[in-house]
Amino acid sequence: MASVPRLCLLLSIIPTILILCADFACCNTGRKTGDGLDTDFSGFSVPLEHSFEVDDVSRFRMRGALQLRGGRETSVSLSQSQLSEEDRNTLKEVAAVDGLYKIRVPRVSLTDRQTERQMDGYLTAFVRACSLVESHLSDVITLHTDVSGYLIGVSIVTIPGACRGTEVEDEVDLEAFNTTLTIIPPTNAPQPETALFIERMDIEHEKRGKPQEQKSFFAKYATSEDRHFGDATARVLIQFRGAY
Amino acid sequence: MYPPSLVVTFTKKSSVKMAKLTSLFVISLSFFCISEAVFEDQVGKFDWRQQYVGKTLFAHFESNTQSSKKMFVATDKNIFASFNSRTGDLLWRHVDKTGPEGSIDILLLHGQDALMVVGDGRLLRSWDTNIGGLNWEAVLDTGSFQAACFVAIQDTVKLVAVLKKAALSLHYLSNGHQKWVENLPDSDAVQYQAVYSGGEEEVYVLGVVPNSHLTIIAYSLEDGEIIKQRSVEASWLSSVESSCVVVGQGVLMCVDPATLALYTLPIQAEETPEFSQILLQSLDLEVSPGFQPVLVSSQPHPARSPLSEFFLQLGPDHHVLLQLNADGYTIAPLRDFQPAFLVSFATTGKKTVAAVMTPKNETACAINLFSVDSGRRLLDTTVLFPLELNGGKPHALYVHAFLKKDDSVGYRVLVQTQDHALTFIQQPGRVVWTREEALADVVTMEMVDLPLTGTQAELEGEFGKKADGLFPMVLKRLSSQVTLLQAWLAHLWKLFYEARKPRGQVKNEVTIETLSRDEFNLQKMMVMVTASGKLFGIDSKSGSILWKHYLENVQPNAAFKLIVQRTTAHFPHPPQCTLLIKDKDTGLATLHVFNPIFGRKSHIALPALPRPILQSLLLPVIDQDYAKVLLLVDDQYKVTAFPSTKNVLQQLQEMASSIFFYLIRSDQGNLSGFRLRKDLSTERIWEVVLPTEVQKIVAVKGKRPNEHVHSQGRVMGDRSVLYKYLNPNLLAVVTESTDTHPERAFVGVFLVDGVTGRIIHEAVQRKARGPVHFVHSENWVVYEYWNTKSRRNEFSVLELFEGTELYNSTVFSSLDRPHLPQVLQQTYIFPSPITTMEATLTEKGITSRHLLVGLPSGAILSLPKMFLDPRRPEVVTEHSREENLIPYAPEMPIRTEWFINYNQTVARVKGIYTAPSGLESTCLVVAYGLDIYQTRVYPSKQFDVLKDDYDYVLISSVLFALFFATMISKRLAQVKLLNRAWR
Repeated sequence: MASVPRLCLLLSIIPTILILCADFACCNTGRKTGDGLDTDFSGFSVPLEHSFEVDDVSRFRMRGALQLRGGRETSVSLSQSQLSEEDRNTLKEVAAVDGLYKIRVPRVSLTDRQTERQMDGYLTAFVRACSLVESHLSDVITLHTDVSGYLIGVSIVTIPGACRGTEVEDEVDLEAFNTTLTIIPPTNAPQPETALFIERMDIEHEKRGKPQEQKSFFAKYATSEDRHFGDATARVLIQFRGAY
Repeated sequence: MYPPSLVVTFTKKSSVKMAKLTSLFVISLSFFCISEAVFEDQVGKFDWRQQYVGKTLFAHFESNTQSSKKMFVATDKNIFASFNSRTGDLLWRHVDKTGPEGSIDILLLHGQDALMVVGDGRLLRSWDTNIGGLNWEAVLDTGSFQAACFVAIQDTVKLVAVLKKAALSLHYLSNGHQKWVENLPDSDAVQYQAVYSGGEEEVYVLGVVPNSHLTIIAYSLEDGEIIKQRSVEASWLSSVESSCVVVGQGVLMCVDPATLALYTLPIQAEETPEFSQILLQSLDLEVSPGFQPVLVSSQPHPARSPLSEFFLQLGPDHHVLLQLNADGYTIAPLRDFQPAFLVSFATTGKKTVAAVMTPKNETACAINLFSVDSGRRLLDTTVLFPLELNGGKPHALYVHAFLKKDDSVGYRVLVQTQDHALTFIQQPGRVVWTREEALADVVTMEMVDLPLTGTQAELEGEFGKKADGLFPMVLKRLSSQVTLLQAWLAHLWKLFYEARKPRGQVKNEVTIETLSRDEFNLQKMMVMVTASGKLFGIDSKSGSILWKHYLENVQPNAAFKLIVQRTTAHFPHPPQCTLLIKDKDTGLATLHVFNPIFGRKSHIALPALPRPILQSLLLPVIDQDYAKVLLLVDDQYKVTAFPSTKNVLQQLQEMASSIFFYLIRSDQGNLSGFRLRKDLSTERIWEVVLPTEVQKIVAVKGKRPNEHVHSQGRVMGDRSVLYKYLNPNLLAVVTESTDTHPERAFVGVFLVDGVTGRIIHEAVQRKARGPVHFVHSENWVVYEYWNTKSRRNEFSVLELFEGTELYNSTVFSSLDRPHLPQVLQQTYIFPSPITTMEATLTEKGITSRHLLVGLPSGAILSLPKMFLDPRRPEVVTEHSREENLIPYAPEMPIRTEWFINYNQTVARVKGIYTAPSGLESTCLVVAYGLDIYQTRVYPSKQFDVLKDDYDYVLISSVLFALFFATMISKRLAQVKLLNRAWR
């Protein structure tokens, strides 16, 4: 993970971390600005804002721009700038007083209708500033949509998520975000699986229909019961350990 | 107590396992091992049911003899029922549909027939009052119901007249057939409100054009032909229903509050009639300012005209008995009753009496009978009605008068109070029974542990106090041992004493004084809050009401939240419950703080709550008196703490940054999270918005704070552990789509972390709609919905797992769980609609869980959670068999032995409350709705209890035999060894 921003930094360019998600298969791919964005990207852009203040009063300012594309294959990418010297210091101060780092995105719809795209209000999420600092700005931002393509929620977590109080000496670590961005549509809950069940019943029925070969009394117990009995005692012992 | 019990569990489980392995059919066995039922001799041993009917609207007594035992009531819960007036028990009860469809418009009683109009004039029903069977039912023409009365032909009551907005119909009493139906003339302009028959050949319909004139129409009984139609100028009259009655020989008597006058009008008059006015002043009567005077008359028999005596109510506690003179337009006052709360007429044989309730003193009201003809008080008829300290005021009076052997009038009286209680009183003032009908509408409840006995409490107190030297402590120890010894001896003596008595005489009556916790904490105090604002404390073992407290001035649509702030565990501090009462219109809230064991209001200073309250949360923080802190968030997001002592405020300041709460505004689809600041203001930290155009939030549930999860994970077939995702801050949010088309409707289930606002999971159940019932517990959510495509009810279960490794096994923090859990889900067909659902709860969470499902039939199904497990395999493998997983089947079975209330159905189950007991195997269950049912369930059977028929003799004799056998064989072995050594 960390190698991605390093690489970007070496190239001294703004890291753009893009990612999509309809099927969740993708992860971070560093991207140079020189590459430019996909030319066929017909989506739209919304601001991603953040706020971190020592007095915990929200003052949101620009962090980057989210490129959203709706339709069948929903995808999202993020271009964001580095943190300024001043911002880095503020962030460290906020982390020191266990303040919060908040982000927000405007409520939008990913449907193609331009007119109804934007709605009032924002979706907000937060993470402890110290965990953001200690994770060297590695965060995972997730956008959630509902069935009709409205953005309903945003969440931010850092990896690792804990605040252990370790000092971050290297200023370089706090310059650029290493962001993993995903957009998650709702999952469809399963329906009762009747077809498979009927199939299974049919198979069992067929099996049972077959004449079973006649085994002698001893053969039957020597092959199955005996072995099972030993097995069972072993299991009983394990059960004792396993449950307590 | 636990360790031995656990051994029992294991041996049991292992024996099941062995048995299972030798069997081919895993399912059949797992069914076997969870099946449970009640033996016949256990019926009523651990459970009880109480049946209620609701607030009485109409009440009648059977016949006017001293020996009659039946009375009939129709209630606001759409119930027609009969009580035994000697005991107050239900003889029979008919529960109709809820809502306006089943509402009872009127109940008329004649002889053996009870006539009822149901559903705003939809149905006319006749019931046999002896057995409660339906004689007949007639569907009436459309139109809203106005009035009904019996109609007599030649002195026998044969018909019933039903007046609707635009039609009058007559039906035969014997079979319900319609004799005739006539449309009322000019029904658009005239509001027909009353129908009257005085035993003549006509039936009269009275209608009014407000502030203009009165219309009287006489119909011929024979064929429904209009005989006469009169219009009388009456510009002062706005409603016949509320201001007019018929008295004497068909004289309409009206009262006008504006001119303060009575108006009389002979209904049957031939010529053009006119109202004659009698000023109240001329009778020396004065109406209380702002009071609408009310007339009360009586028609003892439908075949005869009403009495010429009537009551006029002039103020809240002022009634006058008046008499209409034979000339038809002069009035003579008979008696003035002031103060008098309630008046009622009662007739027996040829005698009619008036019962009047007057306040006597602070604690009682007196009821007296008066002769109607003269207004004289009848001797020896005083009955005292005790007023309870925290009860409602008397609201209605129903008198059952009868002739005694000496031809004097005797009576019994049913008093209905504002808190919906019915009290039946017999001469000379004995309360025969009381029914607390407020319990027909329980809104919320809690179970509170009973306090320890005095001796136990003393022992506890010893440990609670600070050490004050070695010697005093030794002394204290010794003294408490002595008290214990005393208590034990007293107990032994009692046992011995009672053993000599025959069994039937030993009474175990529970009173508030003798309340104490039993050995296994199976007996608790049920604190029930009812919609009428009456609180009850009920003993869970017997169901007897130990205390009640009526809160006046509670709005009918108020929302209640009951919070246990301090449990019984902090002796000598009394337990403390707080009831938050919120007016739904204004949002303003009030607090009622009380002791849940005795019901007494506590005198703690309450915080001022000038602003509407949005949310309340109970913190685990306790003040120096061990009361948990309740935070109330108002509409400006300011927080009020209760109790708000210095100590509490200091603790809150220290903890402020770790106190988070959420608010949900379902009308805006908005979920937002807040963090507390040190100055008790708040800051908004997250926001999730579900657009209301797409879906609306219908319910949100967190987890129960007193829930324990014993095992962190599940051992799988391959011996690895699948860890549960146990997030205590998780909220389950259920939405329904605004689009109700069967193809596009859906139910959404969102799992949201209440601290960070992170959407943990978002599932959409397509082609589904509500009502959704769901349970959120441990690491699972179970919900039930209606499948619009297949037109059936389905259950779905979601389980959350962290995976095979725990992120942080020591502590859970919502702020530090970056990885989303794995979510498993499965769906099943359920063959019945359900009305409510709850999960069992036990002390330590070791016992397996069951879902308690309330069915519309009144049965409560105990459904093992095992059947709702998303890991049920499609194909049975060795591993799944190992794990005891039942192979997947799309249908969920309903087995009759799973009905925990066998035939004790609970009508209209609204909620199920579960509470742990002191025994791990046992969970206390209360189902409430129209009825209240209390029982115990044992989801894993009673593994920690020896059975009733446990053979102590056999076990001890075997032990002794073994012991002696060992001794003897040891001796024999010694002898043998010695002999061998000698050889």
